Parts: sequence; C-alpha cells; structure tokens
Amino acid sequence: MESQVRKAVYTRTKTLNGNVLGFCPGCMHGTVFKIIGELLEEMNIEQDAACVLGIGCCGLAQEAVAYDVTTAPHGRACAVATGVKKANPDTFVFTYQGDGDLASIGLAETMHAANRGENVTIIFINNGIYGMTGGQMAPTTLNGMKSTTTPNGRNPEEHGSPMHMCEILNQLEAPIYLDRVSCNTPRNVIKTRKALKKAFQNQIDGRGFSMIEIVTSCPTNWGASPLKCLDFMEERMFAEFPLGVVRDRQEEE
Amino acid sequence: MVELIISSERCKSCGYCVKYCPKNVLEIGKIVNEMGYPHVQAVREGDCIGCAMCAQVCPDAVFEVYR
Amino acid sequence: MMKRVFMKGTEAIAESAVRSGLRFYAGYPITPQNEIPEYLARRLPEVDGKFVQGESELASVNMVYGAGSTGTRSMTSSASTGISLKSEGISYCATARIPMVYINMQRGGPGVGTIHPAQQDYNQATKASGNGGFRMIVMAPATVQEAVDMTYDAFDLAQRDRNPVLILGDGMLAAMMEPVVLPEMRTEKEVQQLKEEQKEWALIGHAHEEKKSFIVPGYWSVEDQEKLCIENNAMYQRWEEEDTDVEELYLDDAEIVLVAFGMAARITKSSMEILRQEGHKVGMIRPKRISPFPKKAFDNIDYSNLKAILDVEMSIPAQMVYDVELAVKQRGRIETYLRSGGEIVRREEIIQSVHALIGEEK
Repeated sequence: MESQVRKAVYTRTKTLNGNVLGFCPGCMHGTVFKIIGELLEEMNIEQDAACVLGIGCCGLAQEAVAYDVTTAPHGRACAVATGVKKANPDTFVFTYQGDGDLASIGLAETMHAANRGENVTIIFINNGIYGMTGGQMAPTTLNGMKSTTTPNGRNPEEHGSPMHMCEILNQLEAPIYLDRVSCNTPRNVIKTRKALKKAFQNQIDGRGFSMIEIVTSCPTNWGASPLKCLDFMEERMFAEFPLGVVRDRQEEE
Repeated sequence: MVELIISSERCKSCGYCVKYCPKNVLEIGKIVNEMGYPHVQAVREGDCIGCAMCAQVCPDAVFEVYR
Repeated sequence: MMKRVFMKGTEAIAESAVRSGLRFYAGYPITPQNEIPEYLARRLPEVDGKFVQGESELASVNMVYGAGSTGTRSMTSSASTGISLKSEGISYCATARIPMVYINMQRGGPGVGTIHPAQQDYNQATKASGNGGFRMIVMAPATVQEAVDMTYDAFDLAQRDRNPVLILGDGMLAAMMEPVVLPEMRTEKEVQQLKEEQKEWALIGHAHEEKKSFIVPGYWSVEDQEKLCIENNAMYQRWEEEDTDVEELYLDDAEIVLVAFGMAARITKSSMEILRQEGHKVGMIRPKRISPFPKKAFDNIDYSNLKAILDVEMSIPAQMVYDVELAVKQRGRIETYLRSGGEIVRREEIIQSVHALIGEEK
C-alpha cells in the first residue's frame, strides 16, 4: 500500500482558544482574528504578543484569544499601546479597533501615536457604523447612509463626510506603512494576511508605526444578509475607501 | 486525496464559503447546530480540490483542509 | 383627559426634556442609554432644536457647556464610564454657573464594567462629579413616570440655580417600558421667554453699554474663586432646607427601616409589602433626590422601637450607607444588603435579610 504524507493545507490557529467567537454571522472580525492568530504562530511571536482591544464588538475577542490581551478605554488603544511598548519594548504590541474607537473618540490618541511614530501595529476595522451600541453613525459612515442617529441619511452639511484615516495619517511624517485591505473574498483575505504580515515585520524590525485599515461589513446594523453586504461593499464601500497601499516607506527606499 | 473537516458547531450560516467554493462542494443544509444555525455541509465532497478558499474566507474557522 | 402612553425609560426622558424646553442635545453612543440620542436625533429637528452626535462624551459635554452658556436648555447623557469623561465639563459648568441637565444610566463598574444596571455611581453623583467639591441636585427616579416628571423639573431647577442637575437612572429604568402621562409641551413662546430671562448673563453678544457676558470656569484671583465657592455653598445649604424630596413609609411603627433609591427601591418596596403582610413592622425611607440627602427623614424614625436599618444598594462596596450613617447619628444599628457589578437586588434576598435581622434581635 502506498504511504502518503498527509499535508495540512489549512488548519485552525491555536490562538483561538476554542470558545466560539461572539460575532454575528458573516462578521469579518472573526476572519481577522483568525489571520492574526495564524501570523503570530507563523512568525513565532505569539509568546511575545499583547493585543490592545478597543471598545465595541472587538471586545468580544477578550475571552476568545489565547494570547495576552487588554481592553483599553474607548478610543485610547493607541495611547495604551504606546505605554505598553515604551515600558516593555520586547512585547509585540498591536491594537485592534473599530471606526468609532479609532476615528471618533480616539482620533487624538491615534494621530499622536502615529505622529510620534510609535513602533506598534494598528489594526483598524472599518465597517462604517457603530456595531455594539446598535447602529449609530460612525466617522466612516457613508453619505446618505441611514443610521440610528442619522435617520434621514448622513448629510454632509450637517454631519460632515466620511473620514479616510489612512489618507489622514498620510499627512504625518512618521508613519511608515499605511494600507487598506478587505476580507470580502478569499483573494482579499490572502492580501489582508500579506499586509498584516508586513506590518508585523515592521514592528519586529523596529521600523516604526504601521496601520492596516480593513474594510468590513456589519450585517446586523447595515440591515442585510452577510451575502448582500458583500455586494454593498463592492458597490459603495470600496468606492469611498479604495483598497490599496497608501504609504509604504519600504517601497520608497 | 483531499480531506475537508467541517466543525459544524462553529458555523453561523453566513454563506461565504458556499459563494466562493470554485467546485460547488458546499451548501447550507437543513440541519441546525447547537447555536441555532443551519450549518454548512460538503454535499459534493468528491469534487473538493483542497484549495482551502472556504477556510480562508470563513469568519469562524469552521474548515480544516488536508491533502 | 390625561393620555397615557407606553414608553421606554430613555425615550420618555428624552420626550419629557423636549416638552420642558430642551433645544440642544449632544451625546455619544453608550449602552444602555443609546435611545436618548437616537430619539432626539429624530425629535429635536421637529421643534427646531439641534442635535449633535459628539465625537466623544468629552466633546459632547463641552458642546453643552457652549450651548448652555447661551441660555438654551441643553442636555447630555451617558452611562457610568462615559459620565466619568464628562467630569471636567460638569465641573466647569459649576464654576461658570451654566444651567444644564444630564442623565446617567448607571451600569456595573468600576471601569467599563458591564452593561447591566447598577447603582455604583452614587458617590460620583453626589460627592464628586468633577473636581472642586461642587454639588448638584441629583434626582433618583424609581419609575418611568418619575423619570418623566423629574426630567421636566430638572431644567427649571437648573435655570433657577444656574447649576448642572443630574438625573441618576440605571440600565433597568433605561430599558423598561411603562405607561406614562407626559407633561404638557411648552409652547415656543414659553421656551423663548425662558431663554430671554437669561439673556443678561448669556453668551449671546452684548452691546458696549451693557454688562458683558463673562462665563468663566475659574478666576485669576483666588479671592474671586473663594467668593464663588462661598456663594455656591450658600445655595447648597438652601437646598438642604428647601429642596429635599423623599418618600417615607410606615416609619411610625417600624422595627426595621429599609433605605433604598431608584430601581433598588422599587424592588425593596415590594419586599416591604410582603414583609408587612407577614406581620412584620417594616418601614422604608426612599430618597427621591439623593442630593440634597433627606437627613430629616431619619429623625422621623422611632429609635426606641428600631431594631435595625437595612441599606439596600446595587453597589459593593456600599455608598449611600455613609449618608445614612451621617443622618442616623449613631442612634440605631445599620446593616446592608448589596449586589453589584450589574447584578440586581433580589426580593427574596431582601426578605431573607430582614428575617435574619429580626431573628437576631430576639
């Protein structure tokens, strides 16, 4: 009988400790945590890693990940990450924040951590809405999009227009890598993994501040099925938040 | 020889895997798991080529793929 | 005929505020009070009022500092951890003498805690809403109707005193629905009139001959700051005499006196009813305003008859108990029954605690 070597093509990361993730069906938070875990294992940094979670649906990961984790006050993850990294530079520090956390209440902390060029990795989940609190407008909510606090749709004259955080941070001197990706197709999942790997490597090499903005959906608060939300991402989200590298100092060298 | 392992208790019925499987191996079935979701099933398992697109795109780490 | 409507605590408070003349709201999403900004996002434009979803609780309270300084009836709301962010702004309103109303729908704490109801912000609310030792009238509704009535009055008190007023609720009050009679909607003319009455001090622009508006949260001269503290203190003393609000039940024959506020009081009251049916002499003191604290109610207890006071709070460690101790002045024994972190008090456990106290004394 021929003996065949059974090769693993794709196995489950051990960094998810077995608790079923509390995210809604179709929510890409799960996809991203899966990718993060795979990278921590592949790059052999799981034992050095500390995740600084934001407030929101990200907090559901608190009890589901098997590496060190803290939850920062709402919006302050970049400041908390600064504290961790400066006090203990050997720790591999990454934040995991939603759009309200990073761009609304946490805008100042995000800008200043970026401006100081802290050697941390910022993972920014942009789904254009507030999830955990039930669907209020976010800084990245699309113009015209209804939310519980914009019942007639976001009106630029009253509410301002969506904010593009990669482009905003691109005005600062210090950040070295700003990339926008998504997890809406297997191909894009692979691209997300590549971008996160690059960002993680930047920190390991001590090169400075990286942010990966991941455009996702929120089926529950967008009010559509996971599959319909994928269509909306193609039709509207990517038009507002184009995927692709915004800054890569490594490429420029 | 491809092996596709589905942890159906993790599935939340989102449908991404069904959409992106290039070989139409998968379908959301009628059996409901403990969480209350009708979970994914490999209805044409013989057609699976082990590309792992399902495993890539799944938000809940339902799939493991071996060759 | 008084029309009754079935409303959720948060939405009833928001509607009552609008009827009292609220025309500016700024707030930020936080569970369990999200319906307040959501309701007002729809409702305020209907009355030519302005709604802003601030970028944070901190920004929101500062927007209210601004709006309130124009004499416009203004409000913000949050829950526990978000209220902490407002501390600076509230303290500024206290020195700058800006009328405003705010709502705290308490949740388990400390920290981000839980999203479930609690009463763990009592000290913060009554003693330390911000730096500097200022005080506010703090109302503690136990029903959605009380929340409606208290919110309506809060704006009048804020305007009367040129001081912030706090409505202290919790996640249960926020989420529950009850039939309420809403107050009459103030006419646009009345709302304008109320704003006009404040124009002398309001930040709206004054001609050269007029006294300019000077809304300041601090002074360069310590004499001026001390003067403000002394004036505010005189106001606080007046409140103790004139502005307490309390419900006293069965104190004349009470051997056990239950003390509770807000939602805990509601559950405590039904425990008391059951205990009285069992033949036990149980009474209750329910502060409806926890600041100024109704000390005088505790003089109405017959201490020669009293076995013990049971302080019931959704807070571990207990907080209101210290105000109870000050009011009791060592005349009687004080015990506590407490739940915390989002766990609510249980009727069975209150009853058990009272049985135990009665049993002990035998």
